[in-house]
Amino acid sequence: MTAIIATNQTILVVGGGISGMTAALEAAECGKQVILVERNSSLGGRTALLYRYFPKMCHPTCGLEINLRRLKANRNLRILTQTEVTSVTGQRGDYTVSLKISPRYVNSNCTACGECAKVVKKEIPNPYEYNLSRTRAAYLPHAMAYPQHYVLDPSIIGTPDADNAKAACKYNAIDLDMQVETIELKVGAVVWATGWKPYEAAKIQPYGYDRFDNVITSLEFERYADPHGPTGGKLLRPSDGKEAKNIAFIQCAGSRDQNHLHHCSRICCMASLKQTQYVREAYGEQGKSTVYYIDIRSIDRLEDFYRKVQQDSTVNFVKSKVAQIKLDEKTGDLILHGVDTEGYHRYATQHDLVVLAVGMEPESNGIKLPADLITDSSGFIEGSADLGQIAAGAASSPLDVNRATQSATAAALRAIQVVYKTSAIEEAR
Amino acid sequence: MTNPNQQGYTPYHNNFLKEVEQNVEDGTWVKMCMQCGVCAGSCPLGNAWEHTPQKIFMMIRAGKREEVLKSDSMWMCTSCYNCIARCPRKLPITHIMHGLAHYAHRLGLAPKGQPTREIAKLFWKNLVKTGRANELKFSLAMYFKDGFKQGIKNALGMQKVGIGLIKAKRLNPMEIFGGHKCKDKSGFQKMIAKAQEIENSKKTHIA
Ligand SMILES: Cc1cc2nc3c(=O)[nH]c(=O)nc-3n(C[C@H](O)[C@H](O)[C@H](O)COP(=O)(O)OP(=O)(O)OC[C@H]3O[C@@H](n4cnc5c(N)ncnc54)[C@H](O)[C@@H]3O)c2cc1C
Ligand code: SF4
Ligand code: SF4
Repeated sequence: MTAIIATNQTILVVGGGISGMTAALEAAECGKQVILVERNSSLGGRTALLYRYFPKMCHPTCGLEINLRRLKANRNLRILTQTEVTSVTGQRGDYTVSLKISPRYVNSNCTACGECAKVVKKEIPNPYEYNLSRTRAAYLPHAMAYPQHYVLDPSIIGTPDADNAKAACKYNAIDLDMQVETIELKVGAVVWATGWKPYEAAKIQPYGYDRFDNVITSLEFERYADPHGPTGGKLLRPSDGKEAKNIAFIQCAGSRDQNHLHHCSRICCMASLKQTQYVREAYGEQGKSTVYYIDIRSIDRLEDFYRKVQQDSTVNFVKSKVAQIKLDEKTGDLILHGVDTEGYHRYATQHDLVVLAVGMEPESNGIKLPADLITDSSGFIEGSADLGQIAAGAASSPLDVNRATQSATAAALRAIQVVYKTSAIEEAR
Repeated sequence: MTNPNQQGYTPYHNNFLKEVEQNVEDGTWVKMCMQCGVCAGSCPLGNAWEHTPQKIFMMIRAGKREEVLKSDSMWMCTSCYNCIARCPRKLPITHIMHGLAHYAHRLGLAPKGQPTREIAKLFWKNLVKTGRANELKFSLAMYFKDGFKQGIKNALGMQKVGIGLIKAKRLNPMEIFGGHKCKDKSGFQKMIAKAQEIENSKKTHIA
């Protein structure tokens, strides 16, 4: 690995989702030296696994592509994938960070020709499809992956699969001797763009995510709707592969709840409204979506999107937090029990498939953050008191892509101020 | 009142919510309800309620005093705690239901002859007599609460169960002669009387 040169003028960005990419690019395009570290094998984060974006229903690949082009054109930016930050010490203008780089077993000679994958026999659950499908243990994370290099799953190292893969590669790109590396760097400012993770759906006991095949999360639904996803874009339900045409969306699944996440996850109402349009796209008037909600939170101009969906004859709204889901053993359908709070009507309604609009919690929950990093009551990062560490995007609050990138740009500006002031002080000395 | 602002405000001047907050056990929680409906949908006896807990909370806030206190809905609560377990706002719904029922009872507004209320009254009378529940007398009192003839019918209908309970030593037929009591019966009764006195002095009854 070539040496990484970093000084207290360098900005470290942790997390390579849309927010981290944006913050890194904004700072690098201002002429600052930036190191972007991403834990996964590819940049893109959660948005790379969405089918379309609200409110314009455009494809996430479009925004990603623009960012990747900017990224490739920039000389101030150093990207490290499969890399985690293990510690940050020091203070603004003078941080020492430790990074742990896990082996990819594939170097930058890789042209993504895919010859290695053809000879590897072992299959693993595909982490870039929420384990909904399987992939060969030599794989490209996804079509838009950056860097466009294959990855060997560590489980095949030392097996004939790995040797065969190495032999199949014409470009000498497979290096089975790669080891875990740890490096230490000096940086002036740190941007935390570690993003979000879905709330663990199985913890919402009455909804039976762990007991009923046809209760899925909103993230899984994105994959089903995507033509590149595990079902080729067909809305097939897990239990029997039947086309799901009568779909329930349950809002606030794990959010706004003293038993689960206390905060409103803010984007899940919009995500479900968007997903009702996937159902319409798939079946036209034949599809049926029912949204069970406490209140719909489509903020600011996103309200227009809500209004549009309200006009859609295939979408039904029921103002009720569903009390319990029961399985109809014969059909695999689910029966939703509750009371419609508009008129206090008791219902027991059957659906093919139930999509839980799961809440967003900070991805950084459960990892050890630097001691001086301030988090809110839900664990979202606010930054360090001396402002040398700054949060961006969904790491700071449940944000949609639009707001996440705004927050990332703001974070880049603050990071630039930190290193600018550091250099000014040094020059004065 | 001539000030139109004040006139507009009057219908919202909600005494009943305040009354509930001051007089009903855990009544201060009522304002925390966000009307999600989970409690209503979670109640195993839900069909039997005219007004679900969620609706009752809304009615309290809307000042529907008579409708709430005269209702038999909160008497339907079986203390299963399903609603408390699921309420996203952690309202102690079960306790509020019992609090409301108790308050309506104290005011004499609770529905006459409502079975849960009658059973509660019988049980209380039975318990304070000796400081111990006399199950035999309690069962008999329940059988005969609707008159002598119906009582005989009820008793005969339950004969098998009764004999089974006696055989299994779960029911002592000797209890009919007064039954077991606590060590200091009159002390116990004095304690209850004092507790009631304290309780009554605490309550401010807003009519
Ligand atoms: C069902 C659903 C649908 C959605 N649909 C839309 C939509 O249509 N339109 C819209 O605008 N928004 C949508 N969103 C919101 C969108 O997903 C977020 O706004 C977006 O992902 C935020 O990007 P981010 O970069 O802040 O975080 P992320 O996408 O989570 O990226 C964080 C990155 O940081 C990396 N990382 C995490 N921890 C570490 C670490 N310790 N070290 C190194 N790297 C780390 C992760 O691997 C990841 O690559 C949706 C959300 C959900 C739940
Ligand atoms: S955005 Fe909607 S679904 Fe998500 S937590 Fe908030 S209110 Fe609930
Ligand atoms: S479950 Fe709680 S918040 Fe929801 S309606 Fe009942 S009392 Fe109100």
